[in-house]
Amino acid sequence: MTAEFIAKLDVQDLSLKFADKTVLQHINLRIPEHKITAFIGPSGCGKSSLLRSFNRMNELLEDTQTTGEVLLDGKNIYHSEIEVAELRRRVGIVFQKPNPFPHSVYENVAFGLRLQGIKQARQLDELVESALRKAALWDEVRDRLHDSAVNLSGGQQQRLVIARAIAIEPEVLLLDEPASALDPISTLKIEELMYDLKQHYTLVIVTHNMQQAARVSDYTAFLNMGQLIEFDETNKMFTDPSQRATEDYITGRFG
Amino acid sequence: MDKLNLSKHISSQFNEEIEQVRNHVMAMGGLIERQLFDALEAIANSDSELAQQVIQNDLKVNDWELQIDQECTRIIAKRQPAASDLRLIMAILKTIADLERIGDETRRIAKVALESFNSAQQDLLVNLDNLGRHVGQMLHDVLDAFARMDVEAALTVHKEDKKVDREYESITRQLMTYMIEDPRSIPKIMNVLWSARSLERIGDRCKNLSEYIIFFVKGKVVRHSSEETLEKEARS
Repeated sequence: MTAEFIAKLDVQDLSLKFADKTVLQHINLRIPEHKITAFIGPSGCGKSSLLRSFNRMNELLEDTQTTGEVLLDGKNIYHSEIEVAELRRRVGIVFQKPNPFPHSVYENVAFGLRLQGIKQARQLDELVESALRKAALWDEVRDRLHDSAVNLSGGQQQRLVIARAIAIEPEVLLLDEPASALDPISTLKIEELMYDLKQHYTLVIVTHNMQQAARVSDYTAFLNMGQLIEFDETNKMFTDPSQRATEDYITGRFG
Repeated sequence: MDKLNLSKHISSQFNEEIEQVRNHVMAMGGLIERQLFDALEAIANSDSELAQQVIQNDLKVNDWELQIDQECTRIIAKRQPAASDLRLIMAILKTIADLERIGDETRRIAKVALESFNSAQQDLLVNLDNLGRHVGQMLHDVLDAFARMDVEAALTVHKEDKKVDREYESITRQLMTYMIEDPRSIPKIMNVLWSARSLERIGDRCKNLSEYIIFFVKGKVVRHSSEETLEKEARS
């Protein structure tokens, strides 16, 4: 685990409890900048909770208790002076089920921009187009920008949600099972999109699909029962992991 | 190049990985072709320095094999290649194993240049050189066929091996006659015989390489089949 990189996020001794249940135990992990890091592990291992701790989404649930620190560019996001709304602008998230707003394609992307105070139509047009291009969706929707987003296919909706997330220029993009509700071809399109996006953003993906982690990520973290078992370059993790538990999991011997 | 559809994956990274591993096979093949040519030059000109260089460079050939091997392992672990992608990776793995052995044979051949021969013996080396050029052309052609994944060209190489075998037999007879006439020359001539043997083996391995091309393009396993079956499968 002697990987050399600049850490965008630095998790230090992070533990998380939901009521009496311990979800994460003393996690220490550095997330490299401008790379894709995948979290893998069996259901309930805490990978989604760890992801959500990066933009303080766990606090939306009742009775949660977080200890330890998560540093974003060296600053603890759990510090009392941190504004959560600003944090969530910097650290965007995309969920498993595409959740476009029931408005037009255009409005879905423009929404966050308007919240940021951008009102000029021309500027909005440009930013919407740029976000849709980055999300590799522009060519498919350019002629139907004012149709309802709900009419898009699942794969298109998911790319729209990604466009919405990147329109407000986040630094980190969290993806929680972004392709598990999609068909294989749409899945590959999302993966290719992630590969393009990592030039500008730091991406963290939670996936149940180990092959997806292998295909798409530069680094992989394997979690089990709330603990980080192993973190390494994906090339290493999928050809020669150091931990027996990782080997067993990725070769389908347990979990 | 893209009649093979190798660069048509949705994942551009996968395309790049495949492109890279193919380029590396070509680079390894190019190096070995150069090695064989240099080994023959070294013998023709009694150039022991060049021969030493060939022996040294074989380490580079080995490094290529290890590197390409690792690249293929990663592609299998991370991409789960299927159908033609899987055949390509399998064909590459087999190809580099044969190329590495061709490298070893070439090193052995270069060692002949380290001996000194009298003028009668020099005449025998001319025939070795002819055999070497013939095999070198086969190697060149099969690498070219690999680059284009050209089944017809692979078939041509495959047939060429018979001629190499006959040429090898004729050299063997000639060398044996010489040894019978001059028993003191036996140790030296044995080395020449061994390198003729090495060249003949390189021909066999070129034949293997052409079979991997047919396997990749046609999806048919043509190893160990008769010449007629092979031709039929390759053209089906």
